Amino acid sequence: MSAVDIAAAVRSGQRSAIDVVEEHLARIAERDGELHAFNLVLADDARAAAAVVDDQVAAGEDPGPLAGVPIALKDNLCTRGIPTTCSSRILEGWRPPYTATVVDRVVAAGAVVVGKTNLDEFAMGSSTENSAFGPTRNPHDPTRVPGGSSGGSAAAVAAGFSPLALGSDTGGSIRQPAALCGVVGMKPTYGAVSRYGLVAFASSLDQIGPLAETVTDAATLYDVIAGYDPLDSTSIPGPLRAVLPSLGEGVDGLRIGIVTEMRPGIDPDVLARVDAAADALTAAGAKVDEVSVPAVVYGLTAYYLIAPAEASSNLARYDGVRYGLRVDAPDTARMNAATRAAGFGDEVKRRIMLGTYALSAGYYDAYYGKALKVRRLIAADFERAYTQFDLLLAPTTPSVAFLLGAKVDDPFAMYMNDVCTIPSPLAGHPAISVPFGTGAEGLPVGVQLLAPPLEEARMFRGARVLEEAVR
Amino acid sequence: MSDTIVEGWELVVGLEVHTELATETKIFCSCPNRFGDEPNTNVCPVCLGLPGSLPVLNRQVVELAIRLGEAVHCDVRPSIFHRKNYFYPDMPKDYQVSQYDQPINVGGHLELPSGYRVGITRAHLEEDTGKSTHLGGDAGGRIHGSEYSLVDYNRAGVPLLEIVSEPDIRTVEQARDYVGELRAILVATGVSDAKMEEGSMRVDANVSVRRTGDTAFGTRCEIKNLNSVRSLGRAIEYEARRQIDLLEAGERVRQETRHWDEGDGRTHTLRTKEDADDYRYFPEPDLVPLAPTDQWLASARASLPALPAQRRAILAEASDRGVADPGVVSAVDRGLDQLAMEAIVAGGDPARVLVHIEHNLSGDGATVRPVRLAALTRMEVEGKLTATQAKAVLADVLAAGGDADPVAIAAAKGFEAMDTGALETAVDAAIAADPVAWDKFLGGDDKVAGAFVGPVMKATKGKADGKAVNALLRARRDATR
Repeated sequence: MSAVDIAAAVRSGQRSAIDVVEEHLARIAERDGELHAFNLVLADDARAAAAVVDDQVAAGEDPGPLAGVPIALKDNLCTRGIPTTCSSRILEGWRPPYTATVVDRVVAAGAVVVGKTNLDEFAMGSSTENSAFGPTRNPHDPTRVPGGSSGGSAAAVAAGFSPLALGSDTGGSIRQPAALCGVVGMKPTYGAVSRYGLVAFASSLDQIGPLAETVTDAATLYDVIAGYDPLDSTSIPGPLRAVLPSLGEGVDGLRIGIVTEMRPGIDPDVLARVDAAADALTAAGAKVDEVSVPAVVYGLTAYYLIAPAEASSNLARYDGVRYGLRVDAPDTARMNAATRAAGFGDEVKRRIMLGTYALSAGYYDAYYGKALKVRRLIAADFERAYTQFDLLLAPTTPSVAFLLGAKVDDPFAMYMNDVCTIPSPLAGHPAISVPFGTGAEGLPVGVQLLAPPLEEARMFRGARVLEEAVR
Repeated sequence: MSDTIVEGWELVVGLEVHTELATETKIFCSCPNRFGDEPNTNVCPVCLGLPGSLPVLNRQVVELAIRLGEAVHCDVRPSIFHRKNYFYPDMPKDYQVSQYDQPINVGGHLELPSGYRVGITRAHLEEDTGKSTHLGGDAGGRIHGSEYSLVDYNRAGVPLLEIVSEPDIRTVEQARDYVGELRAILVATGVSDAKMEEGSMRVDANVSVRRTGDTAFGTRCEIKNLNSVRSLGRAIEYEARRQIDLLEAGERVRQETRHWDEGDGRTHTLRTKEDADDYRYFPEPDLVPLAPTDQWLASARASLPALPAQRRAILAEASDRGVADPGVVSAVDRGLDQLAMEAIVAGGDPARVLVHIEHNLSGDGATVRPVRLAALTRMEVEGKLTATQAKAVLADVLAAGGDADPVAIAAAKGFEAMDTGALETAVDAAIAADPVAWDKFLGGDDKVAGAFVGPVMKATKGKADGKAVNALLRARRDATR
């Protein structure tokens, strides 16, 4: 049952929220031992929240557009009094004294939080294998990764643990696992959704977004979480256009460009699905053509300077002084070092070192400074493409879900997973991954639609057309 | 004091002043900006740098920064914030949000009361850190040797303005005047309470020396831990002598940061340039660029009160003094120039008004009504009160709430005017009563004058003015010659 169907049933009194949450908790109990989508299942809290929703309905009040809908939260979203781990040992024992804006918004809309999902430590990774608490497995094939870093959220939706989940996307961390798990995953325009309460990885790139089984569910969740937040200086002031009202308007007359530079190095089974998506969009009345966005080929390099640079600073605060893990030592500096050595995993350390180096005196201009220039170049190239096209089409990932352990010893191969998803966050633009059939081994393939800033409504219309085409 | 510390050498000083802004709340959150509260009570996720929290710039911080910028003739520009990265337990995020290469205020100047002009390189915004206290062991409050440290984060996120001067200061006096004048401007504009003793204003001095006539700057040392204007002067003087001694001995000055020790009156190496941190500055991605509109700038300019230099000029003119006159400077420094002006307008004697303000009135106790002060000074110039009596009358006026009639108080105290004739009679009686002393006095022994003053005071029940008695005695002596 989709999120919108659940909400409709709960709002009309046809189903109780308690009944809905019990059904989902039962599925979690049955299969999460195998998949490990959750770091923490909040069964009692979920039941209590569902009871509140049922009381509201009984009292004739409207609990909101997500009434009684179970939702899973990536475990880098702060939840007051509830452990928020970022799948890292360094946050051991920490319970935030406040709740993220997006979590407040979904709860205010009637959603029922069922748990906190696993991720690559501090959202750094593409397989959820970099979790301090062990990997999450792909519900379609548990020998394979779910993608990452929002692998727990994608797996939770794919396994039917919750129809909705929130993830965060810095270089593809929502869209890539959504594609590998066969669900919808969307990264909003930078600033469309408040980051307040999202534990930062790379502040200028991070965005929270929805994961869902259907495009309509994702659109519904997006409309709930989007909008200005005075607590986030980078959030876009003024009202945002809702995407739901125009969702069914189709793509007739839209110009859609297939990004030339996002084809080399992509597996043929994935490219075949991109081409099929192009055909489906053409059949729906869109004009589809190829378009070159030359600078995107430098995206990966620029990203692996900018994101680690910001991360090296964002993660400095985990020093053992105020909260989380502390490994004692004879003086403060050694305590800081011992704590960080014990608390962070290899990938986090690797990126902190990369970023520290990129910002160092004498190297700043050559690395970080140059990466910022590439970033501007990518945005400019996209802007040029959007003078001729309304949306862009590309693969989400180079391949279907890979086997657990296949890339853990080769960071660069792992980084290549994000080659098609990285350019959008660098430009600050929205993008969505929609399941579009299957590829090798019968595993899900996602295709990606990219849109100009704040054109989420148009992007969702295209996503809906693709969804219809494979239904 | 001579302007030159050692003949043949010139002192070159630039000052960096950190001042806490007098805002209601902190720079990036809504915690109160307040000194002296219970430790770690004015804190929240933002100023504690908790994971997931984000800064939002306080509008009042920007307003105060603009106000100071306008007051010291800076160019107020669009600016951005950077992160200055280094590990320290009292810094919650292990980076400090600070303006770096694009500060809000650039290129102004400050004119000292003497008329000397000191350039202002920049005045930029940043957040303050928490405060560490090192306890236990035999450390005596310093980190090395202490057993543990406590951190109070109430100060973390308090807005700071760092005001950096050009190396234009050439004497210790100018350094003191610069800090005094800057402090007066900060207080007058409401930008900061600028109390060095509470740490809401902190001064670091960049000191170098060069041979008189040289144009190139010498190697500088940055002096920290200057907790008062007095220690600023002492430290600069010590440091300049230290550098001159090194150079005269053929050695060279190492660029380093030095710590002023108030106890031994010396500066000590804190860190050398070689072990300076690499702060890895980069633009703060959690904040957006700051670009005050022209309208905002105009309203900040319009809200500026009269500045100390302007107020000194007004009072100097009204009292027929120079702008650097100690009475004028003191009245403006202590915010009593308005009282002085009103007392002068009300017919007070300018000189006596300034004397009372400089010596007999405290800054906050200055509740005396200007007309009363004016009346008091008129009695003085009319010879109805001596300076000592006037001071006593003023004390009573203040004790009565500031609005008591000095004439009535003088009368009640028996300070009514001494008739010149009555005084002469008393003096002559005293001379007649002690011819031996009078002979000595006539012989030029001024010390015996006391022998007559005592009886005169007794005869006049203390109403006589000692100076007037002495003058009369001398007049009598002159008349016999």
